[in-house]
Amino acid sequence: MSTHGEEAGWTRDEMARRLALDIPNGSYVNLGIGIPELVARFVPEGRTLIYHTENGLLGMGPSPAPDAGDPELINAGKRQVTALPGAAYFHHADSFAMIRGGHIDLCVLGAMQVACNGDLANWSTGEPDAIPAVGGAMDLVAGVKSVYVITQHCTKTGEPKLVERCTYPLTGRGVINRVYTELAVIDVTPEGFRLVELAPGVEFEYVKERTAAPLLRR
Amino acid sequence: MIDKRVQDPTRAVADIHDGATVMIGGFGEAGSPIELIHALIDHGARGLTVISNNTGSGEVGLAALLKAQRVAKVVCSFPRTANSTVFPELYRQGKVELELVPQGTLAERIRAGGAGVPAFYTPAAVGTPLAEGKESRLFDGKEYLLERWLRADFALIKGRRADRFGNVVYNKTARNFGPIMAMAAGVTIVQVNTVVEPGGIDPESVVTPGIFVDRVVEVATPLHESELVAAGATYP
Repeated sequence: MSTHGEEAGWTRDEMARRLALDIPNGSYVNLGIGIPELVARFVPEGRTLIYHTENGLLGMGPSPAPDAGDPELINAGKRQVTALPGAAYFHHADSFAMIRGGHIDLCVLGAMQVACNGDLANWSTGEPDAIPAVGGAMDLVAGVKSVYVITQHCTKTGEPKLVERCTYPLTGRGVINRVYTELAVIDVTPEGFRLVELAPGVEFEYVKERTAAPLLRR
Repeated sequence: MIDKRVQDPTRAVADIHDGATVMIGGFGEAGSPIELIHALIDHGARGLTVISNNTGSGEVGLAALLKAQRVAKVVCSFPRTANSTVFPELYRQGKVELELVPQGTLAERIRAGGAGVPAFYTPAAVGTPLAEGKESRLFDGKEYLLERWLRADFALIKGRRADRFGNVVYNKTARNFGPIMAMAAGVTIVQVNTVVEPGGIDPESVVTPGIFVDRVVEVATPLHESELVAAGATYP
């Protein structure tokens, strides 16, 4: 059993692998920037997922080989990607019709805070000199069928990210279905946070202490 | 005979007036009409309202237009990127106004502008600070926000190929805002790598029909913003 700081639980890759296990074959999936991008590497054998990137591509593939990329073939993080056989390009209004219209099955986002009522804050600290930038996050959480968060359980300074109520400006109200951290998989239910699974070597009490809202057992 | 070709970017932007509202295509550098933007800087129009997803990077293209202080207001979803320093500086100094819009709402407001729909309801941003001051309404028990259309005096966009009737095809994810901005502007100016004769684009493949395009300029080998930024280039 490991209960000391960063030794506990899953690595980032293991978090991404754990999340990927829960994505059904044939899903249309939008991955956010950062840890969510790792999920694409761990799709279980035999499953085909179709990745959507908000800037106009379904069927997004991995990064191109060095010098084989096109600066006009990029993902939402503005990094060069590839288009897989069967891919399609489209303009921004169609792309967000896919999102807002409920055509995308799953979206995986990072988070600054997730509240036990499913509220998400992931775009601004609200500090006066911060440059506000929202991108497509508010449209994604408002329209995609399931929204998962993948994040470290606490901030770098040890503040819990799973909270009773978000203190940062909201991205959406009651929009998160499930959270994957290095310590656990946690569902957002009408009763609040409910444990789904503990990472190997992590105990329930350890997760509970690092969660700033009630955590229900399985 | 219809011929929407214009000889060069300079002539294409020559009538953009002070205080004009200008939609500028692109998502990051993909689809950013850099030669048209540089021509607009040379042209000198001031007090512009720019509608664009981002605010450029380095000191070329859209960032250079901002740096030259030609822009009074930006309507935008994501005004920062890894190499974006010009906009944050001007914004903190109070030299440019920002209207922050969720990306899908931005796209739909532009689409609505081109389609003649003055307003619509969307679920995006309900319950967030970006809903403040907006009319909301319940439909089937769910809350939505009223959003207005966006229209512009001019649109500057980038395609891959066009014919002289103004039919346009794009390159990969550089399509992004081009087709909807072309619909929402009084005068739509498109730069393309190649101009072909009518019939040179399969009608089944046309993405922006020529009715939405006013001027076509050939820029055979457009500059790449990321290469210019990496080289530390500035414009002018």
